[in-house]
Amino acid sequence: MKWNVFLPYLLVTAGVTYLIRMLPLTIFRREIKSRFVRSFLAYIPYAVLGAMTFPDVFYSTGDLRTAVCGVAVAVLLAWRGRSLLTVAVAACCAVALAQGFLLLI
Amino acid sequence: MNKAFRRGIRHGVPIGLGYLSVSFAFGMKAVGDGLTVLQAVLISMTNLTSAGQIAALPLMVSGASLAEMALTQLTINLRYALMSLSLGRKLDETMGTPQRLIFSFANTDEIFAVASSQQGKVGKFYLYGLMLTPWIGWSLGTLLGAAAGTLLPAFVRSALGIAIYGMFLAIILPPARKRRPVRFVVLAAVAMSLCFRYIPGLNTVSSGFVIIICGVAAAALGAWRFPAGEDAA
Repeated sequence: MKWNVFLPYLLVTAGVTYLIRMLPLTIFRREIKSRFVRSFLAYIPYAVLGAMTFPDVFYSTGDLRTAVCGVAVAVLLAWRGRSLLTVAVAACCAVALAQGFLLLI
Repeated sequence: MNKAFRRGIRHGVPIGLGYLSVSFAFGMKAVGDGLTVLQAVLISMTNLTSAGQIAALPLMVSGASLAEMALTQLTINLRYALMSLSLGRKLDETMGTPQRLIFSFANTDEIFAVASSQQGKVGKFYLYGLMLTPWIGWSLGTLLGAAAGTLLPAFVRSALGIAIYGMFLAIILPPARKRRPVRFVVLAAVAMSLCFRYIPGLNTVSSGFVIIICGVAAAALGAWRFPAGEDAA
């Protein structure tokens, strides 16, 4: 990517991310009173990650069939509360196995 | 070396190792999308956030406006504001404004989780130690993925493509299983996201705005239906 296109994006992503983390630690230190606002902020990460995961995850391997296998394994392990690393690695292995299986048949 | 600093380093090593593998996938994807190795590493060194960086890639490639980029980052990373607010009360007197300005940069989900699980207050030496290895792991993993990702055989690369989503699932599913409000919010967000992908007309909305709309709408819906759930969530 051309640097004159890239650098403004870099500045914006890094700047916005830093300000979000920095301002509540330095300037706005008071508690949020509103129950609605606190719940809203607490739910945001789950909403965002849910929307980012589906349906994109089904296109992440280039083959819907292998992606479905990876999702099935990831959902099963994540549901059981396994660690981030375990779930991520197991999903990759499931996709690799599914690819091998598809090559054989 | 300072004792608290060493303890911070020790607590940061497992985080750094986890970051190494996830950022490898990010680096590979960034180069696949047309960024140079140096650009991919610069993003990781300056942003230090998984979901925000992953969402930024398609926006950069499609030439989205800077406003859309800023709003997308704001929505995805809004959670850090909450973590910073909460962690602010746990910092001891060695954390003056300059130290807070430095540590703010590295208040990621995992570093926040470890720092806030410590007994009593935490100081600058511990926090500087804690943030060091994750930052190195995140940057180094990106470098390795960006530089070596293309050398991997195609089947390994496509298998690694799912890694980051596996991590997202591991973050959202355990609380979704235990807490009905979280389950409701996740399902609402996924349903909306599917609509934006497959319904003609809606599917022309760009990826950044889809995340913003789904994230804000599902969280607001959840907060309206389950306003007391915030302590549990």
